[in-house]
Amino acid sequence: MTAGGDGLPTIAPLMPAVAFRHVCKAFVSARGTVHALDDVSFEIEQGEFFGLLGPNGAGKTTLISILAGLARATSGSVSVLGHDVVTDYARARRRLGVVPQELVFDPFFSVREALRIQSGYFGVHDNDAWIDELLAHLGLADKADANMRQLSGGMKRRVLLAQALVHRPPVIVLDEPTAGVDVELRQTLWQFIARLNKEGHTVLLTTHYLEEAEALCGRIAMLKQGRVVALDRTTALLAGTASTMLQFKLDRPLPPALAANARVTGRIVQLKAHDAREVESILGVLHGAGCEPEDLEIGRADLEDVFIEIMHGETPRRVAA
Amino acid sequence: MRHDDARAARADVEPAALPALRASTEAGIFAGTRTLLYKEVLRFWKVSFQTVAAPVLTAILYLLIFGHVLEGRVTVFGSVGYTSFLIPGLVMMSVLQNAFANSSSSLIQSKITGNLVFLLLAPLSHWAWFFAYVGASVVRGLAVGAGVMLVTVWFAPLPLANPLWVIVFTLAGASLMGALGLIAGLWAEKFDQIAAFQNFIIMPMTFLSGVFYSVKSLPPLWYEVSHLNPFFYMIDGFRHGFFGTSDESPWLSLGIVAAALVVVCGLCLHLLKIGYKIRH
Repeated sequence: MTAGGDGLPTIAPLMPAVAFRHVCKAFVSARGTVHALDDVSFEIEQGEFFGLLGPNGAGKTTLISILAGLARATSGSVSVLGHDVVTDYARARRRLGVVPQELVFDPFFSVREALRIQSGYFGVHDNDAWIDELLAHLGLADKADANMRQLSGGMKRRVLLAQALVHRPPVIVLDEPTAGVDVELRQTLWQFIARLNKEGHTVLLTTHYLEEAEALCGRIAMLKQGRVVALDRTTALLAGTASTMLQFKLDRPLPPALAANARVTGRIVQLKAHDAREVESILGVLHGAGCEPEDLEIGRADLEDVFIEIMHGETPRRVAA
Repeated sequence: MRHDDARAARADVEPAALPALRASTEAGIFAGTRTLLYKEVLRFWKVSFQTVAAPVLTAILYLLIFGHVLEGRVTVFGSVGYTSFLIPGLVMMSVLQNAFANSSSSLIQSKITGNLVFLLLAPLSHWAWFFAYVGASVVRGLAVGAGVMLVTVWFAPLPLANPLWVIVFTLAGASLMGALGLIAGLWAEKFDQIAAFQNFIIMPMTFLSGVFYSVKSLPPLWYEVSHLNPFFYMIDGFRHGFFGTSDESPWLSLGIVAAALVVVCGLCLHLLKIGYKIRH
């Protein structure tokens, strides 16, 4: 990474886009010390679409907050394209665009004013050409002069994305950007983000929608209780769970022999089966107990299955810094 | 693909080919200051009925009521009529209270609504935060002070003995209160705490600083207590600019106000630098 002027980021190919090194974060309260992050180390390469997954309270938002400068690590370091987020924060933040999780806005300003102001904070002035392009791409052109208060939740979410991109950062961080967003907007957002990634932007995504992570992310890290418990390419993670899923509907309780390993959502039951013999065995148990499964399907395990397997404490997957 | 493999695979790929910015850019510790100052001024200007017009009206009411009751019964500094004496006091009180209100209310609103995150994500230095918030407070203080002056100056003759003192004490006082408001905004976690700061500290200190009376008219104990109040020196020095006379030497007042300004600004800059209660 060459230092470059502060206006435009210059990027050397081998420099990781984001590097977390032995990051720890402890919150001390009257009730004791909580270790939100415990020795988290990994790198995200330039141009990657990287997923950061984990259950609530795993430390995803804390990690992103440290990356963005909203919080400080108790120990360890984080850098963006070689710039430390604490000691060289101005250069690091100029290269980073963060879409926060919360739907926040400044009620005093119109969409265009909010974008001009955000651009100015990054030292970028006379930026209307790019602002117009962002507004057009995000379907906000006709709302440019509307006050932020007048926008729907989905529109506000788009403005948050535009604000994160207004200074053209090479690294984009999306902290659960589609939480509570309707299907149409979700598609628009992902098409736009995928395009930016194709153009060379690095994307770091946290999401609860695992199908999104599976579809978009080339590599994934999973956090559990502040530690990285899986870090690998998405395809490798899926291949590691070389099992099939047996899915069916059932109107009565599962036999106890199957209940312990089943994922039950209403009437829908999902059971892992490694091979045809195991499928036969499950069906045998069901018939033996007088159960008549409906809409029987056999499919490949997805990222959700991998996630559940890892979060339930089975073998960590290729965790390496 | 191993982690190192991924890196190697990327090595021959042109990274993030960003189109050149046609916009102008700035860098350095003051980058972004101009925009944040503009945003802070625009924020209060968009609600100027509440932030400028209302305090001007309040000052006029004070003048009408106190002037009506006391004009002709009280003279100050020998021959200065009460209404003439009161006008600079009200102007400076308005400047100080509104400078404090601007930075404190803006910051606490941003903290509570969560939009402070837009500032926290930006590469703004603590100097940029300081100059923008304090600068906007000075602008609002001046706007309200000018409004009060423009309306009240017609009620009584008002000399202008030394305009330089007027300018110096206005800028120093407004800056001091803007920085104090910034500290209060950083410290407070809810509107209630800002209101307490304003009602239990700022308001009594301004009211008891000689806005409505000369401290020489006070009993000896309260005369001495008044001299512990830095607001007294701001108002007394400001008044000196109009009448050429005051309760204390303007140089003494300037020294005390300057010392208070250095302490408050130093503390404010330190809190901003460490991200007190805003970066966790």
